[in-house]
Amino acid sequence: MIGQVPDAKGRYGEFGGRFVPETLMNALIELEESYLKFSADADFNAELNDLLKQYSGRETPLYYAKRLTEHFGGAKVYLKREDLNHTGAHKINNALGQGLLAVRMGKKKVIAETGAGQHGVATATVAALLGLECKVFMGEEDMHRQQLNVFRMRLLGAEVVPVVSGTKTLKDAGNEALRYWVSHVQDTFYILGSAVGPHPYPLIVRNFQRVIGDETRRQILETEGRLPDTIVAAVGGGSNAIGMFYPFVGDADVDFIGVEAAGKGIDTPLHAATMSLGTKGVFQGSMSYLLQDEYGQVQPAHSISAGLDYPGVGPEHSYLKDVGRAKYVPITDEEAITALKLLCRTEGIIPALESAHAVAHAAKIAPEMGADRILVICLSGRGDKDVESIMAYEKEGGDAQ
Amino acid sequence: MKPNFSMTQRLLMNPAAEGGLSAGTPQGGDSPAAAAKRPNLIEETFRKLGETGGTALIPFLTVGDPDLDTTLDIIEQLEQAGADVLELGVPYSDPLADGPVIQRASARALEQLITVRTCLDVARRARERGVKMPFVLFTYYNPILQTGLDLFFEEAARNGISGLIIPDLPYEESEDMLQRADRVNIALIPLVAPTSSERIEKILRSGRGFVYCVSSLGVTGERASFHDGVDAFIRDVKSRTDLPVAVGFGISGRDQVQRFSELCDGVVVGSAIVRTIETLIPDLMNADKREDALLQIRKFVAELKV
Repeated sequence: MIGQVPDAKGRYGEFGGRFVPETLMNALIELEESYLKFSADADFNAELNDLLKQYSGRETPLYYAKRLTEHFGGAKVYLKREDLNHTGAHKINNALGQGLLAVRMGKKKVIAETGAGQHGVATATVAALLGLECKVFMGEEDMHRQQLNVFRMRLLGAEVVPVVSGTKTLKDAGNEALRYWVSHVQDTFYILGSAVGPHPYPLIVRNFQRVIGDETRRQILETEGRLPDTIVAAVGGGSNAIGMFYPFVGDADVDFIGVEAAGKGIDTPLHAATMSLGTKGVFQGSMSYLLQDEYGQVQPAHSISAGLDYPGVGPEHSYLKDVGRAKYVPITDEEAITALKLLCRTEGIIPALESAHAVAHAAKIAPEMGADRILVICLSGRGDKDVESIMAYEKEGGDAQ
Repeated sequence: MKPNFSMTQRLLMNPAAEGGLSAGTPQGGDSPAAAAKRPNLIEETFRKLGETGGTALIPFLTVGDPDLDTTLDIIEQLEQAGADVLELGVPYSDPLADGPVIQRASARALEQLITVRTCLDVARRARERGVKMPFVLFTYYNPILQTGLDLFFEEAARNGISGLIIPDLPYEESEDMLQRADRVNIALIPLVAPTSSERIEKILRSGRGFVYCVSSLGVTGERASFHDGVDAFIRDVKSRTDLPVAVGFGISGRDQVQRFSELCDGVVVGSAIVRTIETLIPDLMNADKREDALLQIRKFVAELKV
């Protein structure tokens, strides 16, 4: 059985912790204290729940994908429609939570890192809603891949800061956001977008995202009168997956499968398969699995999906893997694109490239499952932002990015 | 081309690393118990400076920027320029606490495939060339972790490292490292920041070597001015510890060194030196101009000595 994680030191077994410059330590302790205080506060929760409902449009449907189910010819497939949230992905759940926390803590400025731009857009949106000044750090490479989201953030009044260091993708955007935070820690709240980073971020993000799993649990019990057999979710840093998995952790009969990006394939150097090929290390504030060389240098990741293009993973996922509670599998760019098209044509839903990875794995396992089995896919976001990437991929005969 | 050898294989391939220490190496390969009894070279250096009221000049460089031979030549110049303690920076792919200057130096050094092991070799080779000042290894946590802690501390002590600064290892996560460092008489140097407030007390309790005061909020890099509260912050730290106190982050010129030397026992200069090296790389790589470039670095550092 799995114990309560994290412990007081922010550890999930041997993972997690708080590996940051001393300058940030008091800010993280203050954040932890404020979070614990407000997450138990009825007014705070009422305000958050009201925004989730009235502003973001929750609850999101747990949609029975009839045609996809027929296509697979196996398990009954349900889609948790996080793509129907305001701003088009699950990221808004956490951005609203942390944004309200920033206001309660008296901060007027927020910063965020973003990969695909979904967390950046969510943060820019929440900043506009709450009247906060917002800066979003985004790798230059990702700014090219996700021009639409860059424009959206600017429309919403956020400043998008191009990050030109390192690989110019999500990991470097995270580094730059942390560096900026070190310099402006006294008046700035860092709205971290995934279940990664130093404690208490993985805890905070999980708890603001657990609404996904809480709703799914209630909805499937209402519709089917029982829990699902398998839940599949994409994992980059792992926020939608941990939010989906967490409320089911104690339900031993519910299998969790996290799907990570295999890029060009895990037998090539171009992948983001942290769980399949990574080793334990400290990166961006916590101990977790990590793509690194034997000397401890972090290796660049690769995925057609900017949101999964990350060499690290949240510490709670590493813990769930090591205790055997969750399984993590790789899906290639090509498999993701194929699954994306399948969902478009069977259900009329264009999923985000990130979510398409989860659909792709469902395509592998659903046909093998009996018709009495239930499979839930976390459809974390919609694919409008990815249309250009897909066009480029097609144009170059599957070799784009 | 990237070498494919494990750390242990590399050690086996490099027998010089196992012995060949100059007689003058103060922490050369004796038993950990014996090592723990000897005074640490950093403590000795500050004690001697204290007798004359001097301030330690602590330069930083990134090992392997632009290449190993140049690093060794620069180390000699730094000592001749009056450096008292040297910070050897281990290049890292994701240097969170560093500004653009040291990020660029790290990237250049990584192109030279510099590892923790190479940095320890550089310390040993500098000793063999007769460099006397204590060496402090400045490294992020992950490269040491992947080296393996047992192997790292054994090799660090054997190669004459006296101190260790790990910018992403706060007090709460440092217990194991502190014990390991103590066993081989290496000082795990604590950092305190202007935001540390009530944490200062417990950080200082486990401090060794000297206390590194981070002058201001932010990453490494030159600064034109400092926060108003910095003097009070340094005085506060000074009043709470018997350890020498050094100030770093953003100090780049003689005036600033002078200003801080009146408040504390040591001054760290990093980015300004790394930037000086950076601008001189074309000359350092040119046989005709190399000597002159090395002299320019020496002159720049000598100017900082107060």
